[in-house]
Amino acid sequence: MAENSLFRCMDGNEAAASVAHRCSEVIAIYPITPSSNMGELADEWAAKGKPNLWGQVPSIMEMQSEGGAAGTCHGAVMTGSLTTTFTASQGLLLMIPNMYKLSGELTPTVFHVSARCLATHALSIFGDHSDVMSIRSCGWALLASSNVQEAHDMAAIAHAATLKARIPFMHFFDGFRTSHEVSKMTVLSDDQLRQMIDEDAITAHRERGLSPDRPMIRGTAQNPDVFFQGREACNPWYDACAGIVSAEMDRFAKITGRQYHLFDYVGAPNAERVIVIMGSGAETAVETAKVLVKAGEKVGVLIVRLYRPLAVEAFLKALPISATKIAVLDRTKEPGASGEPMFLDVVTALAEAKRQAEVIGGRYGLSSKEFTPAMVKSVFDELAKPQPKKRFTVGINDDVTHLSLTYDPAFSIESPQATRCVFFGLGSDGTVGANKNSIKIIGEETDNWAQGYFVYDSKKSGSVTVSHLRFGPDPVRAPYLIERAGFVACHFQRLMDRLDVLSCAQPGGTFLLNSSFPPEAVWSSLPTQAQRQIVDKKLRFFVINATQVAVANGMGNRINTVMQTCFFAISGVLPKDQAIAKIKQSIEKTYAKRGASVVQKNFQAVDASLAHLHEVTVPGTVTSTVDLLKPVPDAAPAFVRDVLGPMISAVGDSLPVSAMPADGTFPTGTTQWEKRALAENIPVWDEATCIQCGKCTIVCPHGCLRAKVFDDTANVPNGFKAIKASGKDFPGKKFTIQVSPDDCTGCTLCVEACPAKNKSQVGRKAINMAPEAEAAPAERIRWEAFQALPDIDRSLVKANTVKGSQLLRPLFEFSGACAGCGETPYVKLLSQLYGDRLVIANATGCSSIYGGNLPTTPWAKDANGRGPAWANSLFEDNAEFGLGMRLSLDHQKGHAVQLLRSLEGQLAGVPVGELIEAPQKDEAGITGQRMRVALLKQRLATVPGVEAKRLLAVADSLVDRSVWILGGDGWAYDIGFGGLDHVLASGEKVRVLVMDTEVYSNTGGQASKSTPRGAVAKFAAKGKATPKKDLALMAMSYGYVYVARIAMGANDAQTVKAFAEAEAHDGPSLIIAYSHCIAHGIDMRKGLEQQKLAVQCGHWPLYRFNPDAPQPMTLDSGAPTISLETYTQNEGRYRLAAGDGGSLMASARTDLAARLLATKRYVTTETANPAAAGEAKPVQGNVP
Amino acid sequence: MSAPDLSTSYLGLKLANPLVLAASPYTKRVENAIAVAEAGIGAIVMHSIFEEEYLHAEAELDQTLSRGIDSFAEATSYLPETGVEAPSPRRYAQLLSSIKQAVRVPVIGSINGSSEGGWLDYAEMIQDAGADALELNVYYLSAGSSSAAEVEDTYLKLVTAVRRRVKIPLAVKIGPFFTALPAFSQRLVAAGADGLVLFNRFYQPDIDIDTLSVVPKLNFSTSDDLRLPLRWAAILSPQLKADISISGGVHSHQDVLKSLLVGASTTQLAAELLQMGPSRIPLILKDLEAWLTEHEYDSVEQLQGSMSAASVADPTAFERSNYLKALRSYDDRLP
Repeated sequence: MAENSLFRCMDGNEAAASVAHRCSEVIAIYPITPSSNMGELADEWAAKGKPNLWGQVPSIMEMQSEGGAAGTCHGAVMTGSLTTTFTASQGLLLMIPNMYKLSGELTPTVFHVSARCLATHALSIFGDHSDVMSIRSCGWALLASSNVQEAHDMAAIAHAATLKARIPFMHFFDGFRTSHEVSKMTVLSDDQLRQMIDEDAITAHRERGLSPDRPMIRGTAQNPDVFFQGREACNPWYDACAGIVSAEMDRFAKITGRQYHLFDYVGAPNAERVIVIMGSGAETAVETAKVLVKAGEKVGVLIVRLYRPLAVEAFLKALPISATKIAVLDRTKEPGASGEPMFLDVVTALAEAKRQAEVIGGRYGLSSKEFTPAMVKSVFDELAKPQPKKRFTVGINDDVTHLSLTYDPAFSIESPQATRCVFFGLGSDGTVGANKNSIKIIGEETDNWAQGYFVYDSKKSGSVTVSHLRFGPDPVRAPYLIERAGFVACHFQRLMDRLDVLSCAQPGGTFLLNSSFPPEAVWSSLPTQAQRQIVDKKLRFFVINATQVAVANGMGNRINTVMQTCFFAISGVLPKDQAIAKIKQSIEKTYAKRGASVVQKNFQAVDASLAHLHEVTVPGTVTSTVDLLKPVPDAAPAFVRDVLGPMISAVGDSLPVSAMPADGTFPTGTTQWEKRALAENIPVWDEATCIQCGKCTIVCPHGCLRAKVFDDTANVPNGFKAIKASGKDFPGKKFTIQVSPDDCTGCTLCVEACPAKNKSQVGRKAINMAPEAEAAPAERIRWEAFQALPDIDRSLVKANTVKGSQLLRPLFEFSGACAGCGETPYVKLLSQLYGDRLVIANATGCSSIYGGNLPTTPWAKDANGRGPAWANSLFEDNAEFGLGMRLSLDHQKGHAVQLLRSLEGQLAGVPVGELIEAPQKDEAGITGQRMRVALLKQRLATVPGVEAKRLLAVADSLVDRSVWILGGDGWAYDIGFGGLDHVLASGEKVRVLVMDTEVYSNTGGQASKSTPRGAVAKFAAKGKATPKKDLALMAMSYGYVYVARIAMGANDAQTVKAFAEAEAHDGPSLIIAYSHCIAHGIDMRKGLEQQKLAVQCGHWPLYRFNPDAPQPMTLDSGAPTISLETYTQNEGRYRLAAGDGGSLMASARTDLAARLLATKRYVTTETANPAAAGEAKPVQGNVP
Repeated sequence: MSAPDLSTSYLGLKLANPLVLAASPYTKRVENAIAVAEAGIGAIVMHSIFEEEYLHAEAELDQTLSRGIDSFAEATSYLPETGVEAPSPRRYAQLLSSIKQAVRVPVIGSINGSSEGGWLDYAEMIQDAGADALELNVYYLSAGSSSAAEVEDTYLKLVTAVRRRVKIPLAVKIGPFFTALPAFSQRLVAAGADGLVLFNRFYQPDIDIDTLSVVPKLNFSTSDDLRLPLRWAAILSPQLKADISISGGVHSHQDVLKSLLVGASTTQLAAELLQMGPSRIPLILKDLEAWLTEHEYDSVEQLQGSMSAASVADPTAFERSNYLKALRSYDDRLP
């Protein structure tokens, strides 16, 4: 088997994309998790010249949205090409209008979908069929795959069948569970694929294409007289479709030996109880049924492969006649329906066939919720009951509507032949990479079958990964996490203190720990839970100081090679020497392109590993007195403790329905309770050197470095650092800067930003990094004291200066963004400036993930309980969402004013006039209004009548709300541009902050229209060939939109000024903020420096266009002082450009010149203030 | 009277004249190297291939491709797989080979490093690419606690290792800062050096008093800088069974003549050519020829070493006594 080159280990996305790429001519792509990888692979393959079956490299085009991708596909098939796209979830929804067209016109195409949850009460990137089910009325064939092999095979069947059936196909498989599972599978050769695709069908498709040589028109408008008949005219094609698919499946079987049917039944021939299911859950159901049948139970599973068009006859034929109790499992929820879609289909099919059976419908696996054999068994058990639940859920504890089935978590069907391993690691340590590599070695280099699945937490810094590996002599069919592992490894010892790592270890198993403790001391470093598991389960315990070995061999903190070597040595999967040879072979293959020295140090790490691996002598009893750390302190609010706490401890699955808010509303300010203590080094303030400029705190991406001015008389503990507040603003006050040591990520941006140098040691600044272990104890005490100091009176602060703004409390803190994130300093600054009156519409992307991903979220409250109110709608509609908020709040204010006037006579003592007219342009104005509103509300409580009640409900809106619309460039330049443009044009007082990373950061760095020419990005693997779009100039062309281009790392004072002007502008404002990003391929510690260089080389001119000013345009940066290369040479995205990268960079230089020229035009007097001249100002409220 | 013979022998190679292009950016493009060769240079030393340059580039690529990967479900990586490879010394070898094919003068490869390691493979690669000789530029600044003996041993190990790898002639370019240069030079020759290049210039960083930062600074040499190598060439040339090439401060025919007089067989130019262009080469050669003719020398060989420490009447002129003389020359200038 090992010699057979057709066996490969890959994930479901690659399996599907491999077929799609080879069977397509035009591929339109757009990123969305978890399907992005398919588009990325197609783009990379195209960049490397990988052809399709007909010897041509497919034309790949990234679009501005999934709607655009669908439109492009529509055009491509309309003109006779073979086309495909890849998507999921919301993306699929955006394709719906075109999908109706494509099917209505009987045009063949295949869309590959890694099925994902639709956003409802919350967004989820994980898998279920809610997207798939929402397009079932589009008239498409829906073909489901259950595993990685099928994702490959069904892709081929779909591409073959669509050409013959003329019905467009959606081929789908479960997001993450299949799309991201790495599994051993057989790859279809080009020849096999050629045998599948019918050339005559392609010719017929070409002939149907639009051509001026045989002109025709499509997409006519029809009237009531004929539309209906026309719609029915397609029926024969739908009638024939299932037969065509069935025939293609048979042909596929002849070519490959793998036989599929429209419906496959597995189980007892005389089964009484049958589960109907599709997708990866079918694998689990089938394997469970096999075990139960062996035990004598009359059960079976009907796997649905072609869900639409539904071949009822084939379904009935596949379903054993003996089946009298049927459970249909839907991986979706259709609230309000009489049942979920597939359940209703089955009921209808049976009813029409007059087959007597009791059918119950259940939901499972929403958002990749685990679906295990125990749950399958509970469904069969439910069917066995005399009165099973008609509607149920499985996999959760529904203690509200009591729909859930109980199951026995101890039930397991894991094969004794298979080896199961679980690895706990950190994202940054290479654990997942090493495990992917091990899977490849085991799966491709031995006769074993292998499977790997990887679980990540939702933080972008310090994230924890859990790798689940199975391998053995039989194919692995277990699409669920490992609950009993013979081998457990923990690659980062601090996880042992937080997580019950060994709960998944099976008795007699092996445990490998990376620890700095020597073998004789490591035992006592473990908490009681871990010790108990080791003793009770009689685990063999090995320890290695992998970090030391890695560092000694030049690998830094990447312990992947070391731990992988130990894994092979201990697990005995391969003879030791053979394993080491394979690992080295694999290192050579993986790292050869990175250079001989990289290969060499990996080799050295392999060779050094085993000498440092020790088996620990395990005492017979538990000796530790230290328990696992609590996820949050006892002092945390009950909701944080009882609901968010279990999520932090990775046991959120145990939370019942009643624990969850029914409408997705969560409290803010919860990151403060989740202390992650990630940093190895933390900043320590040198008060003697400090010049109190605020530059260190303004750049802190995580809000954990703060400044305060406080009364000299305040009670602070000994050792609390403070100096006399400088300047005239705060006479007699003290100034301090303090880090929150357990929230700091150690990113060092504060140190990079500090301009002060120690006079006697210029290498030291006013803030310096120190080892966490040494500095944290004292800093913790100081942080407590710092928090106890009162926040400054906001009206005393010059908030439009860097120094002043930094005395305001951040109401965005401790987010899970990447260490050294370039976006969050802007977000935090916004929260400082206007947080207590801020309403935020946040586009989906990085900012919605670090801003709103559970368990804990960073938007916080001030001492008065006020703070930003935040919501995320979608990716594409964020500007509109924010405009809706603006209109709504303004309307409520208008209503309040109307009611104030109406009730004025009853509001004695309330300054009604001031409530309506008093300016709220500064903190004093806001404070005054709040006091008046408080008075009003107090008075209203005593005023009778409905109008008083109405006013009470909207009275708070009399205090000005600041509505900010936040998002990245993927949103603003691409998918949301149409809406953003319209919202800016509306003239309404909305403020837009675009955090421009010049790529889709959250989905892994795909090119946007903001990506500069010459930079490589995913979807632009050859380097972007077109220049960056100038969003600022576009917005400026309206004349009445405030526009600023800022880069905090280059000019923080300009940044603060821009925020102040944007907020003050009586109309729409747009701030475009340069945000360095991990996707730039930079050392994040140098992010601020890159911002500076971007400005100095002219790539990112700084300016403010303020329509309120007599001369609107202010250029805040001068002519370029350095070459473009001085900036780009530090960024991997430019360095990785291969081939004609040089010519792209030459063009990029001309782009800079063009951008500067275009910008400078606005400085001339001809364009001075069209708004002030009354030319461009829109009538308020009149949306053009 | 026929024109004097300008040819010389360096590292066993026959050169048409004693002017050698020192390691410089000229060889980074084939056409620039051709221009220098066509201007009449006697031999070309390639720009140095730096050990650190490749190690750094490889580590950087590795970090770029590893940063942030497999940490977050939505983004298991952040950059596409473009197939870009770390810069390889093979490119240098290819360049050397192209230059070798395009010019008629000897081409000498140059490697710059300070430790033994995998990068010594580069030496063989250069030999295989057709280099006529190899210049090993050892740039090792001991800022730690290494003793002088340890530093010298490091050099010797490196020379021994390279000598073992290649058969082509080997020149070693060293700095001037050795306590006992003659003894050390003898050991270098014994370890396999066929020639010594005097001297490597250790570029000294500067201090920016506005930003309180250390800034790299590169100044071109002047003819004044020639005196240091002149002295040492004069002392070493009679003692060593190896060729001496003077580098650093050679700008004119006078400088060339001085170098030859103290025993160097070649002189290396970089700063002069970088500032004035390759057209300086024929001018220097013309002046050299004119001087030799005027002073009735038949050949460069005749002149070479005629003022070395072994040949001058008062060898102490190159030693400490000269220092005293120089100091005393100021005695009368002060009031």
